[in-house]
Amino acid sequence: MKLQDKLINSFEKFGQSLNGSETDSLRKMRTNGIEVFKNLGFPTTKDEEWKYTSLNKSIKRDYDFGAEFSLDIRSEDVDRFLCTDIDSYKLVFVNGVFNDSLSNTTQQDKFFVSNLKEAYEGKSELFNQYYGTLADAELSMVGLNTAYAQEGAFVYVKAGTVVDKLIQILYINSDSSRAMMNQTRNLIVVEDRAEVQILERHQSLSDEYVFSNSVTEISVGNEANLKHYKIQNDQDTASLVDSTFVKQGAKSSALVDTFAFSGELTRNNLHFEFAGEHAEAHMDAITLLKGSSLVDHHTFVDHAVPNCQSFQLYKGIYDEKSKGVFNGKVMVRKDAQKTNAFQQNNNLLLSDFASIDTKPQLEIFADDVACSHGCTIGQLDEEALFYMQSRGIPVKEAKAFLMFAFAGDTLKNIGIPQLKEQLVNLVARELKVDLELN
Amino acid sequence: MLKIKDLRVEIEGKEIIKGLSLEINKGEVHAIMGPNGAGKSTLSAVIAGRDEYDVTGGSIEFDGKDIMDMAPEDRAHAGVFLSFQYPVEIPGVSVTNFIKTALNESRKARGLEPMPAKDMLKLMREKQALLEMDKQFMSRSLNEGFSGGEKKRNEIFQMAILDPKLAILDETDSGLDIDALRIVANGVNKLKNEDNAVMIITHYQRLLDHIIPDFVHVLYDGKIVKSGDKNLALELEEKGYDWIKKEIEA
Repeated sequence: MKLQDKLINSFEKFGQSLNGSETDSLRKMRTNGIEVFKNLGFPTTKDEEWKYTSLNKSIKRDYDFGAEFSLDIRSEDVDRFLCTDIDSYKLVFVNGVFNDSLSNTTQQDKFFVSNLKEAYEGKSELFNQYYGTLADAELSMVGLNTAYAQEGAFVYVKAGTVVDKLIQILYINSDSSRAMMNQTRNLIVVEDRAEVQILERHQSLSDEYVFSNSVTEISVGNEANLKHYKIQNDQDTASLVDSTFVKQGAKSSALVDTFAFSGELTRNNLHFEFAGEHAEAHMDAITLLKGSSLVDHHTFVDHAVPNCQSFQLYKGIYDEKSKGVFNGKVMVRKDAQKTNAFQQNNNLLLSDFASIDTKPQLEIFADDVACSHGCTIGQLDEEALFYMQSRGIPVKEAKAFLMFAFAGDTLKNIGIPQLKEQLVNLVARELKVDLELN
Repeated sequence: MLKIKDLRVEIEGKEIIKGLSLEINKGEVHAIMGPNGAGKSTLSAVIAGRDEYDVTGGSIEFDGKDIMDMAPEDRAHAGVFLSFQYPVEIPGVSVTNFIKTALNESRKARGLEPMPAKDMLKLMREKQALLEMDKQFMSRSLNEGFSGGEKKRNEIFQMAILDPKLAILDETDSGLDIDALRIVANGVNKLKNEDNAVMIITHYQRLLDHIIPDFVHVLYDGKIVKSGDKNLALELEEKGYDWIKKEIEA
């Protein structure tokens, strides 16, 4: 049976298995979700938004979902993928299931870090208030996720609260006995004047194929500050579709910083919506690909109100037969005067077989705005390489230096020095160099 | 130290260097002068190992070793330094980080450990002072937004740190005001000793007022057509290159 049909047909049984453990409204949401997915199916390249990215290869496989997967994992396998230099709250999910013993949750008056499942089973009011309100329910991958999602991160930060530690969310897939599909879901609520930093990582350790369909909803209150870092698959058996929706209040600041390292297929749908004036959004990303990986960044920034700023900085380095896609859409609505929207997509192609499709899309209906976009595609600068070599830096290191210098400005907004160091090292390792990089 | 014999170089099928021979011994300062298009910058790039040029004949030996097949970094490790006419801007790489990497790579090639941070700092401070560079300079991105003078000072600063056997200064005087010229020349003179050598490529006499050459060669149409002492440079300054062209054509 085709994966799509299997997902549709299994829904009823899945609903029964929940056995009334959730509210009517959530059940209704699930039913709507599967209806949307049934109507639209998996996106195809006929869909303008998926023109350059075919899911065909990923979805023609047979995946298990909802089955019991092995939950065995060694803690050192987990630690490798966490930032261990600093104290943090942790949510670790193994093969789609929350692992309490590897996690470090907290439940305080002013904030909590918990598994989403607890929240909806506990019929949390906050959950009901926010869940499903930010994600675009009309998208098929969101519908599919909503239908099945059970586990994921639920982070809540009360007004005026600064969360004292980094929050790390790790989705680790380790069951090598069969291919697996999972629907992970995050809900992050940052109230007015609150601050939080979150690291989310999807990592496969499995030799088998893994297909993750992830949805994240983030509400950022007035004058609040959110920094969300995403580290994505580096196994070429792993595919990830990540749909993230951020809604920002007045004078708030939000950053989503994405590190995409290989994976068979990664698709990021990143939506920002400004609901209050004088807010700013930052989207930074480094994409480092080799093999026949494909990473597709689709951004959509909705300037619905005046006086907001958005900054997109997407840098990609593509080697071997890898392929990149950047589609950056900025909508400036009629009333959104004094909008400042900046978009930059720079790419290096290291091989004759690597490719990038880049497409800026600016739709501007206001007349007093500053919008700019730019994209470049190039190779490493031979002149610069020779310059470095002539000073005694071997060509391999010189290349890495140049690549790092090329990608480095996407690291500037990282708010925690230890995390920055770790991410810098991660990038350096991806570039296969042992260099003291700045 | 440097022995070039009957060198022939082409780029995209066009011959630029047409049988050039030159010998530089340690302790010497050589000036290569000549009109535009004579092949001066090609010569310096070929010695440093730039691979876009095709060497079609002749040989280059450095310290008795054929360096023709060596990568630019290996030539640098052997002691060749080229100060670029147009130093390349590398955004995102600080001066400190760059020179540290370069020095430690060269130490690694000689089987040495990386230089301890304290010694590195001391060395950098010393050479910074020599080139009259301020501290902030060190944390700026390499050559990015540098003035012409700053770029050239940065080149000589790197030369001072790397301490090469042979320094090739390609049009180091271009784009320099009088003060920067003095600083750069003073730096080179301080670094000069009886074990190293300097090859100065220039159009004009003015740098040679500060760094006195032992030999002056005129490069014209891919060949050295005349050699002499420092007075030859003065003569060129006074009379231009036309008389040499006439002399050759005659």
